[in-house]
Amino acid sequence: MLPYLSLAIWVPILAGLAVLVVHRDDDASRARWIALAGALAGFLVTLPLYFHFDVASGALQFVERGEWIPRFDVWYHLGVDGISVLFILLNSFTTVLVVWAGWEVIESRVSQYMAAFLIMSGLINGAFSAMDGVLFYVFFEAMLIPMYLIIGIWGGPRRVYAALKFFLYTLLGSLLMLVAFVYLYNVTESFALQDWYRVPLSLPVQYALFVAFFLAFAVKVPMWPVHTWLPDAHVEAPTGGSVVLAAITLKIGAYGFVRFILPILPDASRELSAFVITLSLIAVIYIGFVALVQSDMKKLIAYSSISHMGFVTLGFFLFSPLGVEGALVQMISHGFVSAAMFLCVGVLYDRMHSRQIADYGGVVNTMPRFAAFMMLFAMANAGLPATSGFVGEFLVILAAVKVNFWLGFAAATTLVLGAAYTLWMYKRVIFGAVANPGVGALADLSRREFWLLAVVAAAVLAMGLWPKPFVDVMHVSVTDLLAHVARSKL
Amino acid sequence: MDMKTLSLVVALAPLAASVVVGLFGPRIGRPASHWLCILGVGASFLLSLIVWRDVQSGQTFNGDVYTWLASGDLRLAIGFLVDPLTATMMVVVTFVSLMVHVYTIGYMEEDPGYTRFFSYISLFTFSMLMLVMSNNFVQLFFGWEAVGLVSYLLIGFWYTRPTAIYANLKAFLANRVGDFGFVLGIGLVLAATGSLDYAAVFAKAPALVNETVGGWAGAAWSLLTVTCICLFVGAMGKSAQVPLHVWLPDSMEGPTPISALIHAATMVTAGIFMVARMSPLFELSETALSFVTVIGATTALSMAFLGIVQNDIKRVVAYSTLSQLGYMTVALGVSAYSAAIFHLMTHAFFKALLFLGAGSVIIALHHEQDLRRMGGLRRYMPITWITAVVGSLALAGVPPFAGFFSKDAIIEAVHLSKIPGHGYAYFAVMAGVFITAFYSFRMLFLAFHGAERFGGGAHGDGAHAGTGHGDHGHDDHGHGGPPRESPWVVTVPLVLLAIPSVVAGWMFIEPMLFGDYFGKSIVVRPEHAVLWELKNEWHGIGAFVTHGVLSLPFWLAIAGIVAAWYCYLVNPGVPEALKRMAGPVYTLLDNKYYVDKFNDWFFAGGSRRLGGTLSDIGDRTLIDGVMVNGSARVVGFASALMRHIQSGYVYHYAFTMIVGVFALLTWWVGR
Repeated sequence: MLPYLSLAIWVPILAGLAVLVVHRDDDASRARWIALAGALAGFLVTLPLYFHFDVASGALQFVERGEWIPRFDVWYHLGVDGISVLFILLNSFTTVLVVWAGWEVIESRVSQYMAAFLIMSGLINGAFSAMDGVLFYVFFEAMLIPMYLIIGIWGGPRRVYAALKFFLYTLLGSLLMLVAFVYLYNVTESFALQDWYRVPLSLPVQYALFVAFFLAFAVKVPMWPVHTWLPDAHVEAPTGGSVVLAAITLKIGAYGFVRFILPILPDASRELSAFVITLSLIAVIYIGFVALVQSDMKKLIAYSSISHMGFVTLGFFLFSPLGVEGALVQMISHGFVSAAMFLCVGVLYDRMHSRQIADYGGVVNTMPRFAAFMMLFAMANAGLPATSGFVGEFLVILAAVKVNFWLGFAAATTLVLGAAYTLWMYKRVIFGAVANPGVGALADLSRREFWLLAVVAAAVLAMGLWPKPFVDVMHVSVTDLLAHVARSKL
Repeated sequence: MDMKTLSLVVALAPLAASVVVGLFGPRIGRPASHWLCILGVGASFLLSLIVWRDVQSGQTFNGDVYTWLASGDLRLAIGFLVDPLTATMMVVVTFVSLMVHVYTIGYMEEDPGYTRFFSYISLFTFSMLMLVMSNNFVQLFFGWEAVGLVSYLLIGFWYTRPTAIYANLKAFLANRVGDFGFVLGIGLVLAATGSLDYAAVFAKAPALVNETVGGWAGAAWSLLTVTCICLFVGAMGKSAQVPLHVWLPDSMEGPTPISALIHAATMVTAGIFMVARMSPLFELSETALSFVTVIGATTALSMAFLGIVQNDIKRVVAYSTLSQLGYMTVALGVSAYSAAIFHLMTHAFFKALLFLGAGSVIIALHHEQDLRRMGGLRRYMPITWITAVVGSLALAGVPPFAGFFSKDAIIEAVHLSKIPGHGYAYFAVMAGVFITAFYSFRMLFLAFHGAERFGGGAHGDGAHAGTGHGDHGHDDHGHGGPPRESPWVVTVPLVLLAIPSVVAGWMFIEPMLFGDYFGKSIVVRPEHAVLWELKNEWHGIGAFVTHGVLSLPFWLAIAGIVAAWYCYLVNPGVPEALKRMAGPVYTLLDNKYYVDKFNDWFFAGGSRRLGGTLSDIGDRTLIDGVMVNGSARVVGFASALMRHIQSGYVYHYAFTMIVGVFALLTWWVGR
């Protein structure tokens, strides 16, 4: 069997380097085609991960293990289970989208732009498959760099402020995680995650480690109140940057909860679940209201992302299969839907160079096809059944009601809030009479944009109509995880 | 074909037509588009009839089509339950939908969104069928939301009108408030029974009567009561019950065919259907039933009053729909589920008829909707007039029209009920009869009788929001000539709907209410079985009619008709005089009890104010200002202090070292 995980990591990285090597400023199309080929190849090598995945097993699969730094017992140890495998596919899929989305839009430093996305894609796959603490940390930190550059170079007017805020926020969190790693290494004399899962830890130690891990991942998710970097980063990032940021990098934060916090610190997780659930519900409700009043489309979608990610952390800490699976489904769905929403804003921004809702109105008159696509994605964002956005929210609400009626009550407010902020924006941007000559002169989707959105639309509908294949992959791993969390480590 | 294949074809035929027309409509042209959609829905209707016949002969079907999602023991599936209740709904939905499809050819003739409209109404038919044919809560919710989506798209069909896109957002959000309750209800069902399959849930429900759920402040509430009320909140959204009714009048912004199909005959009755489907749950909670009764009675009466003061022909019909939905809800509350479904069916026929008739008038008058500028149309539009008379008589409840039987059955059932709140409900439905007859004949007289008030540049005033002249091109022709009867694609559906409006009542009352028509699909506990009691008094249709004619509701209806006749034909000065006399009451009604204004101020405005506050004070001031940039400033301040120490002069460092050594020594010596 081929080392698919290594391929998933290194194919995009090497493709990115290749783009950099062959770059010529006068011939951007060569960089584009190489980048697209690299992204497609990167996606293709991840497909066997799904099709050869044994859904009946909760164990690590596609394991690769080689010595890296023997002195500290650091291994190049890769593997995926039902929780992580789908995110590698999602990430590689998204990479194809962003390369394609940036095709004609990015005109300056094309090769560097494409290379940044490809390299980031490989690093993210690394973070999702690393089973060694140091390896994870390297990938986790390294992927900040391309994103920092993407925002800082191709971003909007306040890009430097936003890039710095993004970088410092996430770095601060991850440094504490490094401390936690070193502590765990001192206890277990190993950086292997599986050793960390097994080691007994006293409750105070678990609390301390919880704080360290929690800060690292909560910033990344982001959870209220450490979320304010996200709207700024999104507003300044180019479309592709926003897509990856929303679709993938947020997921790494949530992934950290299920890969590190729950299995390593089960007792602290159970003790502190009320705390996390409270923060999650604040994210759902508070951020829902904040999203309502945003005047910038990207900011609005950024806030809606935070609100949707609140469902993810909520689902994890309900400790039921339905809740965790709902949360994981929500993560994948949000990958599609937020990507689609940012692509839609990108389509408008490329034409009008404005993200302000007030600058639009009546877009449907000149861009009917675009309006149809955005309707679908807006409905998915509002959690309409038959779209992917419904599945995760629904499962998490069901799981929450089972735990406590009022938890479900608070969570279900998203049905109203999500619809309110999404459709109110849609109304102001898309519906109505043509608001100004700029809107009147808009051209409908190009062939490239049409198929780009059509691909995402197909994914959104497929997952909404038949989520079973996604959940089947997760189920055994989730059950194992919950059984593990239920056992005390004291 | 077996029942499963049959059901699949019934549901999927309209979907296939909708998808093809939606994607390729402009390319394949208008005739191909409408024929394709009519073919899809027509096939659906014919097959529904076959299903209905099979069900009558005792065949039912309950099976899954595919597993939507599985997680451990929990299996959520897409599947069909075809029993008498479902089959009835299937026939009603596909029949009205077919009529509306044909009618649309005439009504939307000159609209640029012609093919889009056909795609939407076929998609709606599919969604509604999925809703009524579901065998589980998940698919029910799928259909539930999908019909809401299509309703949203169709209310905003003329998307350049500000009023239309306001109305569709309002409709979606009001429905979402209902769905909020609905989802919680589904969650409680799953938590209590571990399943979302109807059969499994209903089988386990009786064991749950003593279960409780943690209520407010430590109180324990009956699980089934909370569940049923949550589910009913969903029904209140979809079936527009007070206080979630606000969206339905505004939904009249949509083209008239969908007002008939979605906002009168089918979608808005989804809530009624749902509660009837859930009768095994509702029967177990007296409190929930009482709640349903009171909400329904309030809707029935308060909305009927509003019907009197409307001048927009479609809004009169809309308020009458609200009021009639209230009747159905009352019937559910007093456990007369089959009476509710019976009224749902007759109402679907005569209300679709009235809406389509109103649409026929609207086309003839070039999109004039104001009753004050109509009158005397019966001479020009005989078919529309006759069918409108039939519809109005059915709505008012005059025998032998369909509405008489279904409405009288509801009133009798309320009379016999012992559920808390039945007294109030009985008063409401009785008073409602008079008002219903009054406003429906007011509309009939104002539109078709009396002096001709149309013509002569009646366009373009802003007196009422509902009559905007959208981007549909009716206004550019034929202003001069007198109104003409509508083409056959419009009048044939009117006639076809008028027939069941006359006959459906006496044909179906006996099997549906007193026979074994619904079989096991509706469950009534003996202590609530008002229809059984009614059955003891049943001595055939003739006796029922005789009894009806001799009792109060009939005379109230006649009084309403006579009053309308007097006020609007004999002595037209009376309404104005009444309006002046009843000053504050009229203002209250004219402002629709101020509910819209309150909602706009409290919910819409309040949310925006709260969002603004949280955004400004929470995010920008506290989190970004104090925490984030604050810590950045602290770092900056600290480093500015530290910078003074790192001066670069060796004697500064030497001095600091000496001070340090002295300090350490002092501490070491003195310890």
